[in-house]
Formats: sequence, C-alpha cells, structure tokens
Amino acid sequence: MRFVDEFRDAGKAHALAAKIADLCEPGRQYQLMEVCGGHTHTIYKHGLEDYLPEQVTLVHGPGCPVCVIPMGRVDDAMALAAQPDVIMTSFGDMMRVPGSNGSFFDAKARGTDIRMVYSPLDSLKIARQNPDKRIVFMAIGFETTAPSTAMTVLRAAAQGLTNFSIFCNHVTIIPAIKAILDSPDLRLDGFIGPGHVSTVIGCRPYEFIAGDYGKPVVVAGFEPLDILQSIYMLMLQLSRRESTVQNQYSRVVPWDGNAVALRAIGQTMELRPYFEWRGLGFISHSALKVRSEYAAFDAELLFSVPGVRVADPKACQCGEVLKGVLKPWECKVFGTACTPETPIGTCMVSPEGACAAYYNYGRLTRSRVREASRS
Amino acid sequence: MCLGIPGEVIGFLPGQPDLARVDVSGVRRVINVGLLADDPPEPGEWVLIHVGFALSRIDEDEAAAALAFLAGIGQAYEDELAALQESRIE
Amino acid sequence: MTQAADSQDAGWIQEVLREHGEQVSGEQPAAQGRQAAGDAGQSGERAGPAGHIRRGSPQPLPGTVREELVLERIDRARRSRPRVREDRVTMSHGAGGKASQTLIEAVFLDAFRNPLLAPLEDAAQLHFNGSRVALTTDSYVVSPLFFPGGDIGDLAVNGTVNDLSMAGAVPLYLSAGFILEEGFPVADLTRIVASMRAAADVAGVQVVTGDTKVVERGKADGCYINTAGIGVIERDVMLGVARARPGDVIIVSGPIGDHGVTIMLARGELDIEADVVSDTAPLNELVGGLLAKTAGVRALRDATRGGVATILNEIAAAAGVGVLVSEDDIPVRAQVRGAAELLGIDPMYVACEGRLVAVVDSAQADTALAAIRAHPQGGQAAIIGQIRAEQPGIVQLKTAFGGTRIVDVLVGDPLPRIC
Repeated sequence: MRFVDEFRDAGKAHALAAKIADLCEPGRQYQLMEVCGGHTHTIYKHGLEDYLPEQVTLVHGPGCPVCVIPMGRVDDAMALAAQPDVIMTSFGDMMRVPGSNGSFFDAKARGTDIRMVYSPLDSLKIARQNPDKRIVFMAIGFETTAPSTAMTVLRAAAQGLTNFSIFCNHVTIIPAIKAILDSPDLRLDGFIGPGHVSTVIGCRPYEFIAGDYGKPVVVAGFEPLDILQSIYMLMLQLSRRESTVQNQYSRVVPWDGNAVALRAIGQTMELRPYFEWRGLGFISHSALKVRSEYAAFDAELLFSVPGVRVADPKACQCGEVLKGVLKPWECKVFGTACTPETPIGTCMVSPEGACAAYYNYGRLTRSRVREASRS
Repeated sequence: MCLGIPGEVIGFLPGQPDLARVDVSGVRRVINVGLLADDPPEPGEWVLIHVGFALSRIDEDEAAAALAFLAGIGQAYEDELAALQESRIE
Repeated sequence: MTQAADSQDAGWIQEVLREHGEQVSGEQPAAQGRQAAGDAGQSGERAGPAGHIRRGSPQPLPGTVREELVLERIDRARRSRPRVREDRVTMSHGAGGKASQTLIEAVFLDAFRNPLLAPLEDAAQLHFNGSRVALTTDSYVVSPLFFPGGDIGDLAVNGTVNDLSMAGAVPLYLSAGFILEEGFPVADLTRIVASMRAAADVAGVQVVTGDTKVVERGKADGCYINTAGIGVIERDVMLGVARARPGDVIIVSGPIGDHGVTIMLARGELDIEADVVSDTAPLNELVGGLLAKTAGVRALRDATRGGVATILNEIAAAAGVGVLVSEDDIPVRAQVRGAAELLGIDPMYVACEGRLVAVVDSAQADTALAAIRAHPQGGQAAIIGQIRAEQPGIVQLKTAFGGTRIVDVLVGDPLPRIC
C-alpha cells in the first residue's frame, strides 16, 4: 500500500532507534506524550516501544474523543435513541462506551434502533430511505471529524432533509492539551502532536506549548516510522535545549490547516461555554454545539434530552492516568472492577486507552523482547 | 477514531464534482472531496480519507523528502555498521 | 507570548488561546478553565491530582512489586470461572470471541457437562460399536444470503463438512433444517438448495434427513439453516488443540479474511467495491491428503468466526503454551488488507470459510506444508509461527515492523452475522 508500506520499513527503524538512544543524556529520563488515540494504537499495533531505549517512556494522552464523553451524555444519547421513531447512527467506537444503563450495544440488545455507520453521510442515506423516521447522528470526535459532520449538516440542508439531526459531542484538542500542561504534577518533556487533527487546524495552535511551556511539539504521522522519526526530532530538540513546533507529517498536514474545513465548522458550529470531560472534569470552551442557524439539525433542540449530569464513579482515577501522573496499574480499580469488558472510566473503554492497552499488553512491553534487534 | 488512510483518486461521479471514486489497494469507494473544494484533486493524485471524506491532499514531494531522510539515516546507519564490522576483522 | 492561530476561521481555537494568553500575562488565575459550573466537588477533579492516593493509604509498596501484584491479579481474573454478566444476549455472544466463549462455558457446558463435550473442538469424537465417529452441528444466519463466491447454502454444507474434517473424519452424511420467513421467495430457496446439492457433490456427502419450519414475516430474516454432520475417523489420529507442544509449527492453508470482508462489502452499506470473494470451500480432500502424508499433525481447526486470532488463542489456552506468529508470514490478499485498513479492522479476527490452521510436529513441518500446498485449496499455505513454552496462554505477533504485540481474545463484535 503506497504511502503506508514505505513508512513501515523495519530496516530504517533500527537506524532511528540508534539515533534516539545516542541522544539520551546519561542518567536522564525522558517522558513524551502522544496525545492522539491513533498514535497510541500504532505504537501498540507495531510494538514500537520495543525500539526505544529504557530512558525514553511514552505516556498515553487523552486523545480518544469517544472515551472522554461523560456518562450523562451517553445516557442522553440512549434516551434519544430509545424514542420510538428514532434511528440513531453512530461510529463503531461508540458502541461500547458505558452509560448508567449499559452501552449502545446493550441498548441494541434491548431493541433500540442504533446502527453503526462508517461515515456521517451514511446517515443521510438512511434518512432518505426512512422518511417516516427521525435519524439522529451521534457526532463525536475532535477537529479531525468535526468538518465531516459539518459538511453532512450542510449537505442535509442543501437537500432539504427534514428528518435528520445530530447530537453534537465534538470536543476540541487545545483545551485538553492545556489541561494536561496546567496539571501541577506534570512530568512531560515533549509532545508527539496529533496528526489528523492538525490537517484541519494546522500546526500554529501548538505554538503556545513550545513557547509558553517550553515543551517541544512534533506533529506526527501514523505509521511506525513516522512516530519513531518524531521521537527522534523531539530528542534532537531536547538535546539542543530547543522548543519549537515541527511538522514531521508534512506529506499530509499543511502548516495552515484546511481553510475549507475550518469554514465549514465555523459555519455550522460554535463553542459551548464549558463541557464535561470524563475523567478530566469541566473544561471551558472545549466543545462545540450546533449554531442557531442550523437549529433544524440540532437534536438537543428537536428532542427533549434528560441532560442529567452523572458524576464519574468515585473510584475512577482516569484523570490522573490521562495526565500521565498515575500509571494504569496504580489505579485502585484497575484489573478488578475496571477491565476491558467492564470498563468504568475512559482509559479502559477504548482499545486505545492507556489502561486497556496496558491490561492487554503491559506485561510484555516491560520485558522488552529484543527479537527485533537480532534480525 | 483518528483513522485516516491514503487513497488514489481515480475519477469523479458524473455531474457530482464533490464525489470522487478512490482506490485503496484495489478496494474502491466513493468519497466526498468537498473539504478540498479550494483546490480539488485530480485523478492520479492521492488524498487522505477519513470517515468518507478527503481531509487533505498527500504531497508527493513531501512524502519523497520524508522517505529520503529515512533512507539517508538508514544508509548512514548501515555505513556505520559496515565500518564497525571491518574494524573487527583487522 | 505566542501568537494565536491567525486563521480567522478557527474562532474556537482563537478563543482558547486568547484565554491562555491572558492567563500567562497574569490577568486570570490558572485554573479558570477548569472551574465547574457549581459542582466541582462531584466531578472527577480532586484537590491535588495524586494527593488522595496517599491520604489514608498504607505505606505504598515499591513500584515494581505493586506492578507485579496487579499483573498477577489480572491473571487470576482471567483464569477464574466464567460467568455471564449480562442479563440479555448481545451480538458479542455470537462473535466467536470472549463473550461467546463465556456463554458457552457458563451456560451450555455447565448444563450439559460431560467428557465428550468438554474438549469443545469443532466436532465431538465418539466411539460407536468399535468405530470412531465424529458428530458436529452448525447454524447459518449469514446476511446477505447471496454474496460473491457463494451463498448460505454453500456455507451450510462446507462449514459442517469442514468441522468434521478438523476431527480427521471422512464426512459422510448431513442433516439440513430450514427456518424460513413467511414471504421468502421459493425461487431463492430453490437456488440455495441447488447450491447445497452442488457443494455436497463436491465434498462427497449426502443430505439424508431434514426439517422445515416457517415463521412469521419479520423473523428469520429470509432463511436460517442448521446442518449437522457425521463422519468416520478411519485413521489412527487423535486431533485436538490441547495436544500442541513447544516446538510445533503453525500452518495456515491460505490467505485470511476473504469471507468476512466479502460479507461486509456485500451488505452494501459501506459503498465499497472490491474484487474479493468468499473463500467458502470443502477442506475434506485437503485434510485427507495431509493426514495420509504425515502422522505429525496435532490439531486442525477451521478459521471461521473470530478468525485465525481466535484459533491461536484457543490453542494457547487449551494446551497451556505460548504462541508466536510472524506478521510477515501470514498471507493476506492486498484487497482484503486494503478494505480492512479502510474499516479499521484487523484481518486476524476476520472470518474465513475455507481455511484451516494446523499445528504440526516441527519434524514434519515441510512434509505437511507440501501436502497442503499440493491441493488446490492450499496453494498459498504458509508456516506462520510456532508453539513455545514461554508466556503460556499468550499469543504474540512479531510485527512486520520488528516489534511485538499481543493478539488477544476478541472482545466485542466487529463483523456481525458473518456466517
């Protein structure tokens, strides 16, 4: 596969790994955070941590927009879906997120009409095919996915659809990173910056991280060599006491982002004053809602939604894990009450979450199998 | 969720400039290229696909530059290894 | 002081960066952005992020010791008695992964408990008047009924023929039970049954008994089929995944994931076109040829729901061994790979309907591989890995990139109603 296979060439990985090791100052530990769930996924899928020296640790950040949706919002979505004439459409990742009464998956088992879609546009097709039903799309994701939702709303408006709306749970990446940076127990040396979010918002929004917090940022692609190269670039900056934003994923990410996408978001959505993030609490100006001009497509206005705030379970320590303060196995409920099958908090819900990843792979990443270096 | 995959544009749907057919390793799908409206892609160009939309164009020059960098590092590494081997033989 | 994003369209980012700018220049307190609308006490926040784990806790153990304890706790939980937590059946229970296994063990095995059922192989191996007989059953609920490469009828015959073959049996007779939805076109039924006849002829079996039921419109989604089969185990073989031992090799008979991807695309919901067809095929001849050439086969499994990954985990669990496979060696068609990447699914978990996984004594590896390749169904067979003593119960994959990752038991249901 072009633009994929070349960036998975193991031969080059050894070279990068050697260079990363060379840049480690004796006795110093380096903690680098990858913000984006897709990066966490690549790291585990390809066993990337096996290539890193002992001194470099990767901390897995809160970049899983599915996992950070609080229970109250999941309950709201289930209430929407349960209405008799509603067909709810959703991405697959959302299906197992637990609310107060189980997940979408469980609701489906009870007879609720919830359908998995690959693209928000698929909802429009379902809406056209079911004129007597009201279709609600569960809109989730960071700025990567918001443009697609926006375009779908615009398309629905252009087509004059009257039975389609979205339940908007889009969140924005900058406040999440800022919440981590402002955490008093922060111990991070640099950031592997989100790849696909950056195709939309560009690289400029990260400048405050490098400038005001002194942490270098390298926007990274999703293939294993992309991530290794990004780690190398971070280590190079750290060794030179530099702190800037660099774009390793330049083949896809334009420095200025995608103006059309930003316009589409701006046209259809606006900031909520605050939004609750599961495990991180309330963060101001961190989420989007539908603009009043498109009220006809806003499920929150068309339907009555319970809107009850449900607190994170007291035992949940996701906030600390997300910020890199606690390791997954340090959380009191890890592995007992909270497992991938019975997740309590955000870090366990998604296969990309730090706790889910550690639960499944933790033992092995620690033992650092060096078979790769023998080849 | 961040899932984005490169695909080659092979054509447009007649009368629908927003909809392009792309090819990913022999698999074909129609996607919406509306987000690239400022500079629409041409057949033969590669785009990044995410939930049925093209999010960005793949810049082949940048890709080549990235691969050249990686090849360079790889070559330097191999040269070093070779030098190491030779010095052992003496 | 860094500049805010100068794209005037990204208003929501400018807003946040402006707040940040004000904070940095001291005009607002640092925690401004995180003040709750009136219920900070109830939210996930705490006064100091790590403070509460020290308050009132006993003296913390050294990090590595605590980590070991947690890992042991997870291991114990994994080994504990299965219990179905849900009070209703979900699609996961039919996916062939963890939930399916739990349902089987906690409900069916618990009720029917007997030594013939316990091995939970593809077919039961029975003794009958001095002969060894294999018995199996499978139900077919695939949607859509007709797809590139075959239809539900093909699956219904080949699937059961294959389950018998995995026990080393020569398949002989099938039963066929039909549950038909009111309104289902007879022409479709005729077509399906014609497929079954053709498949039975190729496999050398006969359908000798059957049943038909009709249910109201809205149930049975057109047509459900159950087939049961019996065959005779003529050779002196005792096949079973529990027999795998360290040193054995693992062979897969061809490219994986063809059937599952074909079904996903055939549903037409995804608007994806690709030249992938189902790999549904009878494997009895291939197995016969293999067992004739070598006595070194320890186990055979056909890779259906849950894919090759599920079988590897079953081997690891049943035999208490580790499994190490190499991504580079696993055959996957480019189009299957492309579709899987597009959809974010892993071909290792995708169903096949005409592929087997064989565990073979390493001394016989080459012979076994040659025997499988000699058959048209096995032309692209490959050795994909080996059994080892280390990390018992765990399946590891050496990635094409050189690192390793675990291939865990399937959780959830990526591709419903595949077979």
